[in-house]
Amino acid sequence: MPSERAPVSLKIAAGAGLLFLHLPILLIFIYAFTTEDKSYQWPPPGLTLKWFAVTWGRPDVWAALRLSLQVAAISTAVALVLGTLCAAAVSRAHFFGRETVSLLVILPIALPGVVTGIALRSAFHIAEIPFSFWTIVLGHATFCVVVVYNNAVARFRRTSGSLIEASMDLGADSFQTLRHVILPNIATALLAGGMLAFALSFDEVIVTTFTAGQQQTLPIWMLEELVRPRQRPVTNVVAMVVVLVTLLPILGAYYLTRGTDAVAGQGK
Amino acid sequence: MSAVTFDDVSRHFGAVRAVDAVSLSIAEGEFFAMLGPSGSGKTTCLRLIAGFERPSAGQIRLFGAPVQDQPPYRRPVNTVFQDYALFPHLNVRDNVAYGLMIAGQAKTDRHRDADAALEMVRLTGYGDRKPSALSGGQRQRVALARALVMKPRVLLLDEPLGALDLKLREQMQDELKSLQRQLGITFIFVTHDQSEALSMADRVAVFNAGQIAQTGTPEDIYFRPETAFVADFVGSSNILPARLVHRFTGRDCPAALRPEALRIVDTGPLLARVTAMSFLGTATRVVLDADSIRLTALLPKDAPRPHIGETVTLDWDASDLHLMAGA
Repeated sequence: MPSERAPVSLKIAAGAGLLFLHLPILLIFIYAFTTEDKSYQWPPPGLTLKWFAVTWGRPDVWAALRLSLQVAAISTAVALVLGTLCAAAVSRAHFFGRETVSLLVILPIALPGVVTGIALRSAFHIAEIPFSFWTIVLGHATFCVVVVYNNAVARFRRTSGSLIEASMDLGADSFQTLRHVILPNIATALLAGGMLAFALSFDEVIVTTFTAGQQQTLPIWMLEELVRPRQRPVTNVVAMVVVLVTLLPILGAYYLTRGTDAVAGQGK
Repeated sequence: MSAVTFDDVSRHFGAVRAVDAVSLSIAEGEFFAMLGPSGSGKTTCLRLIAGFERPSAGQIRLFGAPVQDQPPYRRPVNTVFQDYALFPHLNVRDNVAYGLMIAGQAKTDRHRDADAALEMVRLTGYGDRKPSALSGGQRQRVALARALVMKPRVLLLDEPLGALDLKLREQMQDELKSLQRQLGITFIFVTHDQSEALSMADRVAVFNAGQIAQTGTPEDIYFRPETAFVADFVGSSNILPARLVHRFTGRDCPAALRPEALRIVDTGPLLARVTAMSFLGTATRVVLDADSIRLTALLPKDAPRPHIGETVTLDWDASDLHLMAGA
């Protein structure tokens, strides 16, 4: 039986752990308001809101943000279609090599991003596909599909197969069954999977560095920007935006699937 | 015209012959039970009628029309599933109205019909609840209403009472019977429970290993089993092996003998040793060992009771000995 109260030492250790995880993020937020823009000086000599205006006026930030949002949206859309179809096939039908397909679909998320990135880059090279917006989308889709697949397959497994038969029995053809029975039953899983996929794509760095040409997604732009000792707080402002844009979908996904099944793929 | 006809229908899953050259004919308005142990092919037969399985060979006809190439949604049959298969995202009323919605009926009409169907299964007022808020017995009724609201010509029931407790099960047996009489449509009912099949059905098909061992009225099945399998599965019939039957009748086949037909007498054709006895109130159940053949006798309560270990003489009327096809 678990005891009601944890010992003080454990509380302190837990608190220290949480601080270690979240203090750096807080520091990034604070530096977004600093008046000093050459180096990260502590404590900040003064606080200002001017970097928000500066960021607003920088076209390179806007270009990177737009690219990231487009890539994330399209990768998520691709992943929703492919991941759902794949989950339906694996959980509903019995065919030769089903377990292998299941493993191969999940593999990209288990592989280090570096490996995925290099593999894709050499594949594009061999196929003579020039780097473009679509090569970034392809790279992101490899792991976005996994997230959607994992969420959908868990829901499919919990959805009784006889529901589909019941729908057919009551006169519904395949399309009507998809629309009136299957989609309503997997909707929250798809929404959760889609949000996670979007968040993963939006802050992806490693695969993107191998599959993007001259274009910069927002995380890549930030990486480049850190090297330049000029207007550093702009990066911090952007970082705050990235945190908000990725945190909200993940929180949403968490609340949507809370009490049903674990949101698979959170650990990427 | 018969409602359902099977002509040499087979369904093979790889090397497994789930249904093996089954022929049967179910009359319109009949309450028909498919009885058998699990894996005997009874549920596959039901799924063949519903259209969830396609036959590997043979022809299935519904009201004279071949249907083996028709998908489930084009067949005039509806199913009550073993796990009820209620749609978890819809409330009870929308579950019942689902088929009508698919058929394109307007919302007020289909809700009215759904409420009428719920009234028929005595669930008035439950329309707004989610299936998860219902008990097992209530879910079963919703599944029944959802199928009946479609006005099927044949209702298929797959172990519909399997998940209910004993009291509910007996109550539902009576309700299903009266519903079937009231509606006059064909009910086809799959069960592994012999007492359920015998008490509810007009006719019973006993399945064994993908084939029908016997089709007949409950009386036929109970009193005149045609094979040792039927005698053994359906009840507590004693099965006399062919060598014993040969000694009494000259015929070389096994025979069934009901426990109540066995009498303990002073002189008779068979000696047996009493190995166990149990008092059942109106009768005494005696377990006997006759030359390593286990027999059960039911003695009326006023008959003299033997002692355990005693050797007694058994007799029966020749007409009670029911000869069967080879085991």
